[in-house]
Amino acid sequence: MRKGALLAGVLGAATVALVAIGTIWPIPEAKAYAGGQSTFMPRSSTPEAAARNLGDEIVLQAWQKAYDSLANKGEFTQQDFIDDITGYYPNLRSYSSVDHIEVFPLHATANDADVQLKLYWATVVGAPVSTRDLHVVRNGDRWQVEWPFVKKTIVPPQVIPVNYLRWDVIYRGAGDDWGAQDVEAPHVRIVDMHPIQRADGVVVLGELLNEDVVPAYVSVTATLQGENQVALATEGSFDKICHLLLPKQVTPFLISFPDASLSDVKSIKMTPFSTLVPASADPVIEIDNAKLNPAPDASLTGQLINQSGQVVNVAHVLGTFYDNTGHVVWVADQYVDHALLPQTPESFDIHIPEDLARKVSSQRTVVASYVAGGAL
Amino acid sequence: MKAARASLLAGAAAFMALPAFAQGGGLTVPKTIEAGAAFSIQSSGSGKGSLYIVGIGQALKRDIQLGETTWFPVGSLYNAGHYMVVVTGDGGAAESGSLDVVPESKPADLSFLARPSRLPVGLHDGITGAVYVFDAYKNLIPASMPVEFALAGPSGETQSRTVNTRYGVAWTALDSTPKQGTDKFVARSGGVSSERVIGQVPGDPCGLKMSAAPAGKDVRLQTDPVRDCSGNAVPDGTIVTFTEAYNGAQSTVDVPLKRGIAQVEMPAHPGATITVASGVILGNQIRWGR
Repeated sequence: MRKGALLAGVLGAATVALVAIGTIWPIPEAKAYAGGQSTFMPRSSTPEAAARNLGDEIVLQAWQKAYDSLANKGEFTQQDFIDDITGYYPNLRSYSSVDHIEVFPLHATANDADVQLKLYWATVVGAPVSTRDLHVVRNGDRWQVEWPFVKKTIVPPQVIPVNYLRWDVIYRGAGDDWGAQDVEAPHVRIVDMHPIQRADGVVVLGELLNEDVVPAYVSVTATLQGENQVALATEGSFDKICHLLLPKQVTPFLISFPDASLSDVKSIKMTPFSTLVPASADPVIEIDNAKLNPAPDASLTGQLINQSGQVVNVAHVLGTFYDNTGHVVWVADQYVDHALLPQTPESFDIHIPEDLARKVSSQRTVVASYVAGGAL
Repeated sequence: MKAARASLLAGAAAFMALPAFAQGGGLTVPKTIEAGAAFSIQSSGSGKGSLYIVGIGQALKRDIQLGETTWFPVGSLYNAGHYMVVVTGDGGAAESGSLDVVPESKPADLSFLARPSRLPVGLHDGITGAVYVFDAYKNLIPASMPVEFALAGPSGETQSRTVNTRYGVAWTALDSTPKQGTDKFVARSGGVSSERVIGQVPGDPCGLKMSAAPAGKDVRLQTDPVRDCSGNAVPDGTIVTFTEAYNGAQSTVDVPLKRGIAQVEMPAHPGATITVASGVILGNQIRWGR
């Protein structure tokens, strides 16, 4: 009893001592991340150190310091520099921040070098990576980055007539008789579905069709059932689906059951959900030059072209991959972290798992778009 | 008002607390009355007393002169069900009886559930209607009575069916017609009617066909007017997917129908195969010349 009290006392005293030491003499990184002066950054004595310092300043959003450190800052303003990184128009990166960076040396001489800087973004829908190849030059005893500034894309002045259909909905009122009709929910149908076993669990893949003449907000829930139809797990498609389906539009869906085993599953109960929502048939986005690239690094690449006149702030590309019998073998997606300007191509690159890439013989791509301040 | 209600409830509670009631020989209570009808209760004895009528959803209390007839005007008891009647005198003696309130025989309101409010054309038994028949006091009328269902299509043709209610409910199923438009679905019984609107919408596109023409560096693709298999125009906004496959690559555009047709310009790749589809319906295929 006495020994326990002694041990508790020692641990308490040690904790207090360590907290005091950490507070009085914080490590430079902690001080910087806490908003203090970032004195921990090493001098830019090598090209990699210069690139890393710049990356760290971007992580900390210390824009002034980052801009001041550039060798070619005279070619653009600080605001241009910020916009080049975060986007000129509101987009996925506008609502996120850089989580961490990586620096890779590419080439070096005594007076200049090429370094690759990878910015890992933290967003609500994943961790996209943007890569910049930096040219670094020696300036006296230190190195400075020449920022590869990408000028703002200018859309030429023009008038793009848009007269696509828009659906508005009037729902039944609270005071209506209980027998009174409400607007009918859109009729949707699962046109393909099957489960596959992956290393990290069970995945249910499929496609959903809006077979109605009105737009539908859709989602799909799956319940894995074991013996005697006992529910093992229930999951939803979350964002692995195009939630807004216009009439006769088809979306893929993917539902993950981490740590589940297909051998335990006797049946799967699928529950598609649909509700009528106001929507617009605009914007129309063309998927151009979509290509299946074989393994290794199997991927689906292509370009999105916004054919409407408004800026699409976030585009979500969903690829459905079929085998040679036309069955869905995989569904993958990517959020494009640039806003889609009218008539301006924007690339996408969707990774396909190596083991499945050999089974893929065709694909179909759909795009869900989000416009700031707009409807669905 | 609150005090009156409290008094009434207290009386009802006291009545409920009584262990048992004998049917008083001097208490004359009608066996059944129609909801809302006037009625009277004759008590026996002399002196002052209280009369309680207690049922599900309704309770009445009257201060009465024992031995006299107590009159209840029209609308006093209106909830259908079984009611207990208790008369208590100042001396504590109690007489009891019971009466049943039955719904009025004449319908006053129909609750009409018509489903769905929107469906494709040409669907057998696709439209269902269910009617609940109520009297003026919202009591379900369990007695069987005929209900006429009439569905008037957009071109004027009418399907009609008469169904007798069972336990207050009648239902039927009718076909949607081959022509798109708005149906009027009416249910009638005892001079009362209720109307619902059913939207009949075109089915899947049928014989989807596109044509291609050069447009500078692009190829202009345009569908013929898109119709379903009954000849109805598929509504604007319906998505038509154009797919162009060339040199191992593919371009796709989902285009909504506008004024009955879908139209788009895509890059012209010599030798490309262009297909058109809407939902799960495939259209024709074009090979763009070299």
